Formats: sequence, structure tokens, C-alpha cells
Amino acid sequence: MAELQEIIAALQPQATFEPGDTLTVSIPDAQWPDFARQLRDDEKLRFDFLVTIVGMDWKDKMGCIYYLTSTTHCRHLAVKVTTDNVEKPMLHSVADIWHIAGIFEREVYDFFGIVFIGNPDMRRLFLSIDWNGYPLRKNYDENPELNPVTTDSERQSDFTDTYVETADGTVEKKEVRVFQPEDFVVNIGPQHPATHGVLRFRTAIDGETIKKIDVYMGYIHRGIEKICEKLTYPQTLHFMDRLDYFSAHPYHHCLCMTIEQAAGIEISRRAQVIRVLMDELSRIASHCLFMGTFCMDLGATTMLFYTLRVREQILDIMEKTCGARMTFNYECIGGVMQDLHPDFVKDVKALLAVIPANIKEYNKVFTGNVIAHNRMDGVGVLTKEDAISWSVTGPSGRASGWACDVRKTDPYSIYSELDFKEIIRHEGDSMARFKVRMDEIVESARIIEQLIDNIPEGEICVKVPKVLKLPVGHWFRTVEGCRGTFGVYLESDGTTSPYRLKIVPPSLPAAAVVDHLTRGQKVADLITIGGSLDYIVPDMDR
Amino acid sequence: MEVTTKNMPYAAWKDNEYIEKLVDELRAHGTNVVVGSLDKLINWGRSNSLWPLTFATSCCGIEFVSLGAARYDMARFGWEVARSSPRQADFIMVAGTIVNRMAPVVRRLYDQLAEPKYVIACGACAVSGGPFKKSYHVVMGVDQIIPVDVYLPGCPPRPEAMIYSIMQLSRKIKVENFFGGVNRKQKQEEFLKDHPLNEVKD
Repeated sequence: MAELQEIIAALQPQATFEPGDTLTVSIPDAQWPDFARQLRDDEKLRFDFLVTIVGMDWKDKMGCIYYLTSTTHCRHLAVKVTTDNVEKPMLHSVADIWHIAGIFEREVYDFFGIVFIGNPDMRRLFLSIDWNGYPLRKNYDENPELNPVTTDSERQSDFTDTYVETADGTVEKKEVRVFQPEDFVVNIGPQHPATHGVLRFRTAIDGETIKKIDVYMGYIHRGIEKICEKLTYPQTLHFMDRLDYFSAHPYHHCLCMTIEQAAGIEISRRAQVIRVLMDELSRIASHCLFMGTFCMDLGATTMLFYTLRVREQILDIMEKTCGARMTFNYECIGGVMQDLHPDFVKDVKALLAVIPANIKEYNKVFTGNVIAHNRMDGVGVLTKEDAISWSVTGPSGRASGWACDVRKTDPYSIYSELDFKEIIRHEGDSMARFKVRMDEIVESARIIEQLIDNIPEGEICVKVPKVLKLPVGHWFRTVEGCRGTFGVYLESDGTTSPYRLKIVPPSLPAAAVVDHLTRGQKVADLITIGGSLDYIVPDMDR
Repeated sequence: MEVTTKNMPYAAWKDNEYIEKLVDELRAHGTNVVVGSLDKLINWGRSNSLWPLTFATSCCGIEFVSLGAARYDMARFGWEVARSSPRQADFIMVAGTIVNRMAPVVRRLYDQLAEPKYVIACGACAVSGGPFKKSYHVVMGVDQIIPVDVYLPGCPPRPEAMIYSIMQLSRKIKVENFFGGVNRKQKQEEFLKDHPLNEVKD
């Protein structure tokens, strides 16, 4: 960390540093775009992966915290850029440096009203264009009369705004077209069986070839981040089940770890093993459902029934221990809620016994099929550079050759002691994304195999104060969810509820990259590409 | 009259008072021999081939997928023909949270369903807003935008509960009056009068 600080101090003398779990650099807004370019391009820094942009409202100032990771040097950095103008905050955009920043900045604009100068597309992302106010600002008026529920179709615009800085320093607003007047635009979604939830694509097509896709999100935006600010820490946990409902366990794990780290709680070894077991079981269940729905999108309905068979078996195991099939709310601050069911070990062993036969069957039914090959081979190729620049993590990123598994890059819990392989393929096409997930099932089964006979005795949950107050500070943690890097940014002002809880979903970049991947492809390939990226809409919308 | 469906014993239903009250209301003035028999025939057909709309916004939708798979197998009851187009579906299972931005879409889907059409509010969010009661962007109950026939609690409801709710719906359909003295349709018209659709401005 000290070395990193020296390098940055040499490049940017104006930068100030704050120690913490991640080194935080504060930089004036005017220097930020140049600094960002140095961060990405400098040989010693190479911060090429923008994990997230956390918008912040500190009441007296507004700003953003950019979380960056260097994939070559495996280092993390946070950059804080603030502005004192809380009425009309403006910052400089870095959308030309990291591709994904464009979408992240739109999210911040939507929630905080911070305008990014130079971003080519400054529209709202989740809320409709006529929405009043910026919901995550601390002075936001939640009166439902200001934004009533309406059954009238929302206003649609083919234009977007962009803000440009002129030579004398003033900022001008310009209107730009999203679609040209001659474009033939077809609407796909939000109600469409192949969009995996309520996602909407406005698709400009030329014959059958896709020219451009404009992704509309927010059809399931529930404002979880804002609700969390009104709840106590234990109460915020259950929302993690309702983001990506297949990765309920890993997401819970992440928020619990963040809160435990902040409160200085050490959890028992037994609880850690149980958490990892649950994470890996949900990974198998999640990948099984992915294969089922993805193959169904491609027309192979049978696969859904084969893969759901394994998933139901896992849900039975979960149900016996957690008491629910989907929204478990099992991990809690200090450990887990309930001890394992007496049948747990027996049931998991029975599951491990059937997995190899099932994988073989899936391969026989689908993977080798000539139709599957024709539809998936070479479709939607994502290069490694693009995967990093678009922050496409998880199995989709690993299919492009990017070793981005958080379990390996930043091992948390007991993952560093476990023996498992990070599945990486280099083709980057839909077939690779499919195969990576198939192989990850085997690896997850291996992890479970190592642990199932060695679940240590001990308490499942350590004593935690009834009223939990976190010290003032901020924390950022990532885990490997079933769909990629999931992160939680937590800022506390010393009270019982979070000052800001930012959720970093892996599905948002996966949906953002659809436009890039489908350009020049056929409309039918949109279904293949969207399915293989495996985004979950409630996860990206929050 | 003991209204039941799929050979479920009448005593096994949880809320028979409700259906008895409904039957009393509907049959208050007796039933015409001819029209009543025709009604029975039509309702028998309708209640046994309910086609759902493939519609899901979040977690409940996954349980709906499980419902369609081999273990819970809704094909046993004749509901497996999930249609992706509202024009071909009989009922819409509002599976998941409905947010402000989605509300016009749900309303349009409902308007596009062909008569007779039914709605099941599936899960806590669709019933009342559920865990998102404090949110700024969630419709607190889908009955604010479309009329609901069956409310199904749970977060998410188990597939068994979904089966029960669709059976409740088919029980309701069984006692419907199709010819003369119709109430459901009137109710729907009243609802639409209270919740008018404004002209679309482009």
C-alpha cells in the first residue's frame, strides 16, 4: 500500500491519501480525467478494472468514490472525487477510459443528480425521464404525490443530453440523438420470455442485423439502497436474498462479512465452513438453472427439466436447514441462524453422488448437439480487454480468459485453504460461457467434497450486541457471487443504520455489454448472447 | 352447493365460507334451468383449461418455473400451456414486485388479455408491496392498477401454494354466471371507470 502511495504521489502531487481497508486517494475534479488515464495506462499501476462508482451525498458536498482494481498487479485503489456544489453538482466523466463508466455514471446521475461532463449519454438509468428528484440524496422528498403510480405509458424520447465544457470553462448542455431518424427501431421487452425478467431493449435493426441496442432498466427497481438507510443493520440483510435470488447465500455472506469487519466480530470456524458450503451449493443450483433457462431460450426445452432435477435436490437440502426454498435469510451477523439439519451431510453426499452422472447427461443431451454448436460457437465474442473494460466478471469474464474469480484473487473466508481450479476459457463466445458454468459445477462439488466430512464442531453464531452500532468509517468488500463479483460499500456515521449502503451487482455490466456484443449480429443471436451472459434483472435494478 | 375442483375434498379447502357467500350472492334469485346448465358447461371447460401468461418480474417467477418443471408439474392440472402473448392467455399471475415504471406495462398486458381474464396477485410484493413497503418506487399492491381475483401470500409462495391459488381461481370460475346477471364483468367495468386510461400522448 505504501509503495502504491509513493507512485501516485509522484504522479499527482495534489492527491491526498486516507488509509483504510482500501487505499483512498482524493483528487480535485479538474485533475481527475488525466489521473484516471494515468491510472489505467501507467506501467506500474494498470488499474484497468473499474469495480464500481459509489455516488455519495455527504450533505455539505457531493461526490463519487471510484473503486479500481489492477488485474496485472492485483492491487486495489479507491479514488474520491468531490464537489462543493450540492445544488447542481458536476464532475468530469471517465466514460472514455473505462467503457463501463458510462453506465455507472448514468446510475449516479439517476440517484444523485451528479452531471458528468463529457459523458455521451446523460439520461436517467432506472427511473423514468419524468421522475421528480434524485432519490438517494439525503434531502429527497419521498412524498408519493410527487411521483404517483400511473397507468399511462411513460414518455419516450429519442434524444439524450450530453454536457460539454467549452474553452473558457463554462458547461454547455447539448441534445444528441440516440437513434437516427432513419433507424428502424424494434422494441423487445420488458415483457418478453427471453429477456430473463423485465429488461427492455430498443433495438435498431437493418434487416435482421442489429445496428444498435439501447438498454432500458429499472422495470424492477425497488430502491433497496434507500430503504436500507432507514433500517438497522440486521434488517438490511434480507434484501440480499431478493437481489440475485440464486446467489442469496453469497450475497448474504458479503454483507455479513462487511458488517462483521466493521464491528470487529470474529466468527467461528464452523460458521465459516457452513457459509462456504451454502455458497457452493447455491452456485451449483444457480448454474443448473442457468443451463436450463438458457437451453430453453435456444429451443431445447428438455434441458430445463433435467437441470431442475438437481436444483430441486439442492433446494431440499437448503429447505431442511434454512427453512425456505428461495429467500433463505440464513447467514446473520456473527454466523448463521440455525445449525445444520441432522440429514445435511447425508443429503449432500447423495447430491455429490449424482452430479457426475448428471453432467454427463447434460453433455450428451445438449453440449454435443450440432444445433447447439451452430447457435453458440463464435456468437457474441467478448475479448479479454473488452471484458475487463466492461467489468464483465464471473463465469462470463472467465470465458474470455480473464482470471477474475474473487475466491482466487482476494480469498475471503476459508477459500484460501481449499483446493479448487479456476475455470478459464479463451474463446469468449457463448459456448465458452456455457461450458465455464458447466465446469464450475464440478469445481464447486469438489469444494463441497473437501468440506463435508470436516465440518468442525463449535458455535454457529457468536454473541453480537442486540443493538448493533458500527464505528464511523467506510468499508468495501467483494465476494464471488454466482454471476460474478458482488460488492458492498458500507458507510457508517456511528448510528444503528447505514449512512449509505451501495450494492455492486455483477449483472449490471453484463446487461450493459449487450449492446457492444450484439452490434452486427443477427436478432436471433441476441437471445443467445443475452442468455449466455446470464444477467438477473432484479440484481441489476436493485 | 359444494364447489370444488380437481377432486379435492370440499372439507380440505381453507376458506369455504367465502365461496359459499359468493354462491349465495350469485344464486340469490335462483338459476334458469337452460341458462344455468349452459353456464355449468362453459365454466367446466374454462376452469379446467386455464392458460397462464408467461409473466414474472422477480423471485416468484422462479418458483413459477419450478411449478412448470417435473416435480410440481402443473401439466397435471392443465395449466402448463404458458403463453408468451397475452392475447392467448386466460390469466396473469403477477409474480413479483411491480414498480412504478412497470405499472403501465402491467396494465397494458391486462388490457391485452382476451375476455374472460383473471388475475392472481402472487407473493407479498404483488399483494401489498411486501418487504418493499418503505420504497419510493414500488406499487403497494397490484390491485391499485388491475382488479385481482386471488391473493396469494408468501415470499415467494411455494409451488404448492401456487397450485392452491390456481385451484381457488378455477373454483371461482366454476360458479361464475356467464349468461345474464353477470357481476364479474360489471365489476370490471366499474373498476375501469375508477381507473381510467388516459389517451396516450406521443
